[in-house]
Amino acid sequence: MKILIPTPLRQYSDKQPAVEVKAATVGEALSGLVMRHPDLRRHLYTEEGKLRAFVNVYLNDEDVRYLQKEATQVRDSDTISIVPSIAGGR
Amino acid sequence: MSTTTQVKPEAVTLTNDEILRYSRHLIMPEVGMEGQQKLKAARVLCIGAGGLGSPLALYLAAAGVGTLGIVDFDVVDYTNLQRQIIHTTADVGRKKLDSAAEKLKAINPFLNLRTFETRLSSDNALDLFRAFDIIADGTDNFPTRYLVNDACVLTGKPNVYGSIFRFEGQASVFATEQGPCYRCLYPEPPPPGLVPSCAEGGVLGILPGLVGVIQATEVIKLILGKGEPLIGRLLLIDALGMKFRELKLRKNPDCPACGKHPTVTKLIDYNEFCGIRGEEKPVETKLPEMQVEELKRRLDAGDDLFVLDVREPHEYQICNLNGYLIPLGDLPKRVHELDSGREIVAHCRSGVRSGKAVDFLRQAGFKKVHNLAGGILAWADKIDPKMPKY
Ligand SMILES: [Zn+2]
Repeated sequence: MKILIPTPLRQYSDKQPAVEVKAATVGEALSGLVMRHPDLRRHLYTEEGKLRAFVNVYLNDEDVRYLQKEATQVRDSDTISIVPSIAGGR
Repeated sequence: MSTTTQVKPEAVTLTNDEILRYSRHLIMPEVGMEGQQKLKAARVLCIGAGGLGSPLALYLAAAGVGTLGIVDFDVVDYTNLQRQIIHTTADVGRKKLDSAAEKLKAINPFLNLRTFETRLSSDNALDLFRAFDIIADGTDNFPTRYLVNDACVLTGKPNVYGSIFRFEGQASVFATEQGPCYRCLYPEPPPPGLVPSCAEGGVLGILPGLVGVIQATEVIKLILGKGEPLIGRLLLIDALGMKFRELKLRKNPDCPACGKHPTVTKLIDYNEFCGIRGEEKPVETKLPEMQVEELKRRLDAGDDLFVLDVREPHEYQICNLNGYLIPLGDLPKRVHELDSGREIVAHCRSGVRSGKAVDFLRQAGFKKVHNLAGGILAWADKIDPKMPKY
């Protein structure tokens, strides 16, 4: 399945805009991602290993907080988006 | 604020000059006379007259929004002109409000323009918002984003939201009665320093145009009560891929601002909430600093100084001090390239990133490391006027 990396985090994913991983759940997909790009870990997870509150994870167009969070099942055709907050406007 | 009291759209009349001006609206069934009256009766407050605020204000004024408020305290500078199209080269050095007012009145002399030369704050936001119907958020920092959201929830005004970074944008309509608010989407701000601002990260000049026009569209739809507003939807704009995606947003029943049992019942200290102490201070002033004059003197004297540049390679191409380049983000894995026995002067563009680098190096055991105060900008100002600034 595909994980879309937003611009602010691409500096930690070797500039890749998307990463393909094999996974059965959202949690597995994200651990596959940080395994391949370890620099991403501290931006996605707290020291205790929990997903950070300002990082939103979407499975297709649904917020995983309203599904089964990291336990949400995924299929190969699904896309995960990481949507961090951005504030620019000037 | 007598000039921003609410008027019923039916009570508004258009002069013959206005009818001619808005004729392309009036002949559309979705607008018509009724819609144009609604536009004229509407009061919209734009926060910021910068990147997003430029297209927003220009189009809202042209469309016939009757009362337009703008909050800004900034002055036009050369780096604004690449995207803030309401300002021109001749406006550099002027207040953005004065510059914007001139253009807006030139486009539409019927506009009732209200300018507020102030920084939006917890002390003034509620009073300001109460005098308007819709708030359009064109600010550029997290504390103000949360402030605008909470003030919109507390006053019951829709928050037409847009934000940009490099070539990506987000847009939505928050804080309507049934819809989610910004805090439903992002309950907590990122820690300071983790997400770069446009000044640090750059922004494609057209992007605020694209996103600001989406905001203007949403404002006009809300006023007309037509179409499907971006309520409960987050629009993601990728200008490089030219892809528009949409994510579902839900109203969070536990939202501290708009949930069933809100804990945000008045405006708070948003700098503190976002973990920012003091205002945009270049971080950690306690760090050992070196002034550009001293660096110049010691380099000329042939002292053994190691100049470490922690900017990005594309910034190095614009101008440099012949330093050794390790971008801040790569420093942890490339720290072994540095000799902790030598005296190191770290610099970036303005001194913020190199401050973080110095902090990191000191924690890694480097003892003789200084932050170049003011960065390469200070060098251009005080030592080498031929050096380009960016
Ligand atoms: Zn909310």
